[in-house]
This record gives sequence, C-alpha cells and structure tokens, in this order.
Amino acid sequence: MGSVLNKDTVEVRFHGRGGQGAVTAAHILVDSAMRAGLWGTAFPFFGAERRGAPVTAYARISHSKVLTKSMVRRPDAVAVLDPAIMRYVNVFDGLKESGVAVINCTEPPTLPIKIRLYVVDATKIALDLGLVLAGWPLVNVAMVGALSRVIGIKLNYVLEAITNILTGRSAELNAKAAERAYYEVSEVGAS
Amino acid sequence: MERAEYLLPLSRPKVGVQGVTGSWRIRKPTINYVKCIGCGLCWLYCPDSVIDIEDVGSRFRVSIDYTYCKGCGICASVCPVKAIEMVKEV
Amino acid sequence: MVRLTLTGNHCVAYAVKLSKVKVVSAYPITPQTTIVEKISELVDLGDADIKMIRVESEHSALAAVYGAATAGVRAFTATSSHGLLYMHEMVWWVAQARVPLVMAVVTRTIGPPWNIWTDHHDIMDQRDTGWLIMMAENNQEVLDETIKLFKITEDPEVYLPGIVGLDAFILSHTVEPVEIPEQELVDSFLPERRQPYVIKSGEALIMGNVPSDLLTNSRMRWDIHLGLRRAEKVIDRVDMEWGKLTGRRYGGLTECYKCEDADYLFVGIGAWVGDMRLAADRLRAVGMRFGVLKIRYVRPFPYLRVLDSVRGKKGVLVFDRSVSAGSAGPLFLDLVSHMYPHRLNIPIKNVVAGLAGYEVNYEDFFRIGESFVKEVSETGWVSEFLEFYPGR
Repeated sequence: MGSVLNKDTVEVRFHGRGGQGAVTAAHILVDSAMRAGLWGTAFPFFGAERRGAPVTAYARISHSKVLTKSMVRRPDAVAVLDPAIMRYVNVFDGLKESGVAVINCTEPPTLPIKIRLYVVDATKIALDLGLVLAGWPLVNVAMVGALSRVIGIKLNYVLEAITNILTGRSAELNAKAAERAYYEVSEVGAS
Repeated sequence: MERAEYLLPLSRPKVGVQGVTGSWRIRKPTINYVKCIGCGLCWLYCPDSVIDIEDVGSRFRVSIDYTYCKGCGICASVCPVKAIEMVKEV
Repeated sequence: MVRLTLTGNHCVAYAVKLSKVKVVSAYPITPQTTIVEKISELVDLGDADIKMIRVESEHSALAAVYGAATAGVRAFTATSSHGLLYMHEMVWWVAQARVPLVMAVVTRTIGPPWNIWTDHHDIMDQRDTGWLIMMAENNQEVLDETIKLFKITEDPEVYLPGIVGLDAFILSHTVEPVEIPEQELVDSFLPERRQPYVIKSGEALIMGNVPSDLLTNSRMRWDIHLGLRRAEKVIDRVDMEWGKLTGRRYGGLTECYKCEDADYLFVGIGAWVGDMRLAADRLRAVGMRFGVLKIRYVRPFPYLRVLDSVRGKKGVLVFDRSVSAGSAGPLFLDLVSHMYPHRLNIPIKNVVAGLAGYEVNYEDFFRIGESFVKEVSETGWVSEFLEFYPGR
C-alpha cells in the first residue's frame, strides 16, 4: 500500500449518496494531505444536492500547488461509500489502468475489469461504534481512513484532520472509525 | 425567406428526464391493499407523479412506479388509513 | 498564522470576521449562501461581534448595510446572479453616496434556463456603477483581497464601495489550504474606519436630496470616475503593504505570469487563470512562448498597466466569460478601446468561452493558443476578432 502517492498529483473520486458525507470525506482527505506537507483541493460535483441520489465528490492531492479547476475525469483512485450504487453507476468510469478502488463492502464484488481492489467493511465499523444518523450508518470518515492507507497518507495526519474538521463526540467516534478502517482495509487477491 | 434558428430555454415534461431516480430511494413505500381504501390522495400528493391510479368502479386501485419513485415518503404521510409503509431498502 | 483547508466562501467569512465588520445583511442565494451561513455560525460561537440583519430581498440587504455604513461602521453583504441583479438599483446608489463598504459576488450565470454555475455576466453587469470590482483566482486571494478591500475602499483618495468576485463552485465550494492571518496582524494593517461623512442622530444632514445646481451634480458623477482612477495607486500600495506583512503580493491591479519573454499572451480574470498558467507552460514546452496577463481589477480598469504588458507581443488572446450581447466580451472591449488612442496595433482576438458554467480548462486553452499562433504566423493578423468557443 501507499504507492499511489509516488505520482506528482493523485486524483480521487468518492461515490456515495446525497447526505452520506462524500464532500466531507474529500475535505478531510485534503486536510490530512495538507498536514502531511502536501497540497490539495476538494470539491463536490457542482450542482443541487439531492438526498439519496448517487453523488460524487473529488479531491486532488499534489506535491505542488494545484492550479487547475477542471473536473476529475481520469481518477487514480475511487472510493465507494455505498456498494448498492454500483448497480446504477459505473464507479470505475475513467479510472486509470494503474488505479485503485476502495469499496465499502462485506463481500468483494466480482469486477468486469482488472484493477487493484481494496475492501473494508465500513458499515460494520460504523454500526459497531454507534455511528448512525437518521437510520444511516456514517461510513464517510472511515472510508477516508481506508483510502489514506491505500494512497499513502499516515494515520496521524488523518486523525488530526478529523479533530480539526469535526467536533465533539462526532470527531471522537469518527476518529475511531477511521483508525479501524485504516488497519482493516485489505487488498483483494493480495498474498 | 429563410427562417432564423434560435435556441429557447424550454423543455417539456417527460418520463425519466433526471435518469432512473428510483436509485435515490433508501426507503420504499409499500402499499397494504387490505388497508387501502382507494381514495387517491397519494396519487394527488406524489411530487414526482410516479403513482398511477386505475378506476375500478367504486374506488381507485393505486400502484407505484418504483423505477422512478425517490422514496420521499409523502404518500405514506398523507395516507388517511396508514396503508403505506416505508420499508428500509439499503 | 494558522493553516486551514477552507472553501472560497468560508475564506470570505473569515476575512469579514478579521476585518471587524460590525453589520452584515444578505439574502440567501446559491452559491453565495454559505458565506453568510459561516458568518452567522461565527457570531453564534461568539467568535465575531457582528449584527446580522434579516431582510426579505437583496435590494433591502444592500440598503441595510448601506445604512449601517453611513452611520459609521464597517458593513458587508454578499450575493450572486439574480440576487445581484435585483440589488442593482442600490448598487448605483451606494457608489454615488460615496459610502465605502464591501460586497462579495459569487459569480453565477443568469437564467433562464435556471443554472447555478459560474460565468461573469452578473459581475460584469455592475462595471459602470462606480464600484471597485476585482476577481480572485484562488481561495487565499479571496481571503486576502476581502481584507484589503476594506482598506482600499476606506482610503480618502477613493471612498467608493468594492466588490470581491469569486467564481461559483470552482472557488466558492472548493476546499484549498489557506493561511489565516492573526487578528493582531490584520489590526495593524487595517486602520480605524474612515469615510467622507457619518450620519449621526441629533445632527441634521441630508443625503441625496434634489440638486439645485446640475453642474455640481454633473461633476459629482465624473468625480466617481476620478475616484476610481485614483484607486489604481491605492490598490497597488495596499498590495505592497499586505505583501510586507504576509509575504503574499499579488501584483495589485494585474499580475503577469511569464510575460517578459512571451511572444503571446492569454488575458483573463478569475479562477480559470490557473488553467491558463498550466496551458502557457505546456505551450512553452512545445516551443510557443506564452505568458498570462491576469487582470485582478476590472474597475478601475488598469489600462496603462495592461498596455505595458501587451506592448510588443506577437499576439494577444483575451478570454471573456461573459458577452456584451450585440458587441463583444467586456474585457476585450475595455482593452482594445485603450489600445487605439495609445497607437498600439497588434493582432488581438477575443474568445468568449465558458458561458453558463461550461468547463474550459488547460487543455482547451492549450488548443486555442496553438491555433491562434498558427493563425497569426500564417496570416500576420487575425481573421475573426471575436469567436465563441464551441467546446471540445
């Protein structure tokens, strides 16, 4: 793990549902990157927010200042917060051949393409910790933990970012969730 | 005379213009036909026109198009006999 | 100094707090809303001592902060698109009243059709009003320039209101690392508020009644033009002062990126200037020496500085994200109208692009730059001075 950041700029796409916190996840990832001495930008798919609808959020992590304001079309990494949306959305669209995918699931899906696939049961982590809001397990921050491990951002920066962006009990529980996901994420098919 | 071409900011309502909006749903409205009195209130209130009604004589028979239903729950909320239950889907 | 990751809109909110603004009033409109939401959050947390005035429209929002500013306090509002158009009458009023205050405009296109993405029609529609108008390229610049605008607008040489412009979503909702200056640093930078008059209770003063002398009224109008021209020096001076304190200088009225040895220039305003920089670098890598002239202030239009930058170039490409329908892009119109009386005759083309939020990025600028060089070197001039970029 951690080889993705060898490149100058890493482009990330988060897939989730409106209200699931994909934008916050992208923000925490960039804040973690800044703490690790990198630069980055995080942005939503620009448009009206729609609760429940499949949504995307993006991040660029770079060793130098990011100048472009363009959309991410060829991501190096995708993170999928809700595997159910894979029925409707091609989450691997545009993913580079050298790219990685981190999926929140219990059973690794069979994929039509060959990529480096990582899985973590972020829903279980959220339920174990009681991270549930309005009936939804909150998996977004746990997924940042898993993704950070995969792309090579150290856990302490992620935890710092979480306590900076979130507050109180939410920060505490999400930090635990991110830490568990950081260690529990595993590569499918890796020996 | 040659007719000028111009673009107008107009559109007409059609099915599925926002895609398969049924994918947004996290709770599914489920009709209990034993309780349903066929009043048609859900049909009137549905903001996305995904409830169809069929006149079967003395009352309506309602059905929901789950391909486009977003699961907002308004139908369940307005139902006077609580015949629609929002069932967790994901 | 602390470093945070913030959206452009939150940068505005922090700048308003650091500038010790006393009154804020605004009406919600996407993509502006999160500016005022953040300010009210800071007030709620006890981090900012600001009176928030709730209003029923943007017209009233500007009227409210205008009232507060006339009474002698720093005041702020923010809006976008249709909100700004609805406010337009008051925009003229505040400038002619010579009341310094600051407004953030999160640039958004105008409907129909309903659309919340960026273009510059809303902000460019204000350029005759007498306000200072600047466009930022990134979030740090948004934060810095909002603070600086209080100083610039409150300078006795200026005494006019000012707009800080930021592109919808690509700045307003995009998170970047930003340095937040200490309160003491901002305090040492911003003097006590100055303004040409203060309306106090117990003192009879009439503002804006029917003039008895139309020539004086006529001169008042022209005086706004003179105030904006004097603002050029103030903008540059304040940029240097801020640079000394923070290490961040932006060039004042304009910034030139690799202009000195450039044969060709991109000219533009706002967030897409970042993509122009990338395109210029890539064009240089294939032997076409491009530079980027970033115009920071649209009003006052810094024509002397701009003419200095374009003089001697083989060709200039001006990008407008709005169009004065029936004429050409407003940036281009400003630039060329000053070239002729200064006997500057070089190939120049106006590309109108990115309207209604259509994305135009470094790849597009590269392509447009490449074909412009071909056109100019083959014909020695430009075939069409105005083009609409149809996209990829």
